[in-house]
Amino acid sequence: MSNNAIIFVSVAAVVSLVSFLMDRDKTILGFKRGWQMFRKLLLPFLNILIIVSIALYLISPDTIEKYLGGDSGAVGFLIAAVVGSITLIPAFISYPIAAGLLQQGASYAVVGTFMTTLMMVGVVTLPLEIQYLGRRVAITRNAFNFVAAIIIGLAIGVIL
Amino acid sequence: MKQLARKYQPYIWIAVFIMATIASFSLGFDPGKTVFTNFRVSLVEMLSFLPFLFIIVGLFDVWVPKEKIQKHIGQESGIKGIALVVLLAMLQAGPLYGAFPIAYILYKKGISARNLFIYLGAFSSMKIPMLGIEIGYLGIDFTLVRTLISLPLFIAIGFLMERFMKGKHFEVFDPGNKAAAKTVQ
Repeated sequence: MSNNAIIFVSVAAVVSLVSFLMDRDKTILGFKRGWQMFRKLLLPFLNILIIVSIALYLISPDTIEKYLGGDSGAVGFLIAAVVGSITLIPAFISYPIAAGLLQQGASYAVVGTFMTTLMMVGVVTLPLEIQYLGRRVAITRNAFNFVAAIIIGLAIGVIL
Repeated sequence: MKQLARKYQPYIWIAVFIMATIASFSLGFDPGKTVFTNFRVSLVEMLSFLPFLFIIVGLFDVWVPKEKIQKHIGQESGIKGIALVVLLAMLQAGPLYGAFPIAYILYKKGISARNLFIYLGAFSSMKIPMLGIEIGYLGIDFTLVRTLISLPLFIAIGFLMERFMKGKHFEVFDPGNKAAAKTVQ
């Protein structure tokens, strides 16, 4: 994790420096926009960290490994796909959860499936999507995306 | 009073958590201490990269204006159109349902059905701020593999949707203004 931090810090420093040399005002404006986005995210982020911390205490690593771990096979995969399709967790909030699952022994295929169905399939938002795209198109789009998400999850499991 | 409650409602969880933590430490309640340790580790982890990510995202937002790309989507087709649509989607933020109003605007500007669904695909899984957070939590390998597999798949979905809708009348509605959308048609 610290390696990642080093990457982000150095990229941010280089980009800021180049930007500052090119246009001072734009750079300050960019910082402000970044800060606004960060501020909006901070509270929901803190809330989810609290929930994850409690969940990590309550759900034992053994349970997670049993249902989502490397040996869970098709069942774990199915649980991840269904839960990911139905629930509506904003992506940025789902990453700490996914990282926690991985740490607790869940397999890459399962976490990959969970993440992709979460992003690409929206059962909860389907009524809204139907209002925009029409029933047939919205359902078809979600069906295609569900299949794609399963393929992506499997491929992640094979490659990583 | 109601207004006051709504204003502070988002902070209730944090407040309860802080009080519970203080209580746990003063009473020596071990589960509470463990939960706080979990929280502290995740918080440090998050703060080690998130602020820097948003410096990058903010600068990106200022230097690459979305409007500039949006102008070229309608007319262009082929690979260039696809690339621009993907790039435009990557510059957005927020959950997928936030993409539908934008899809409506793009539709009114004459985006092709294929590009519209490629846009939705890229919006759902390739937004730059999200990629940054994903790298921070799941590592560059996971993010790269996931993105590189997803990209051809949602482009394929764009082509499939285009075929699926061939000969059928397709339009994007604006639920907030359905009557107006009908008259445009």
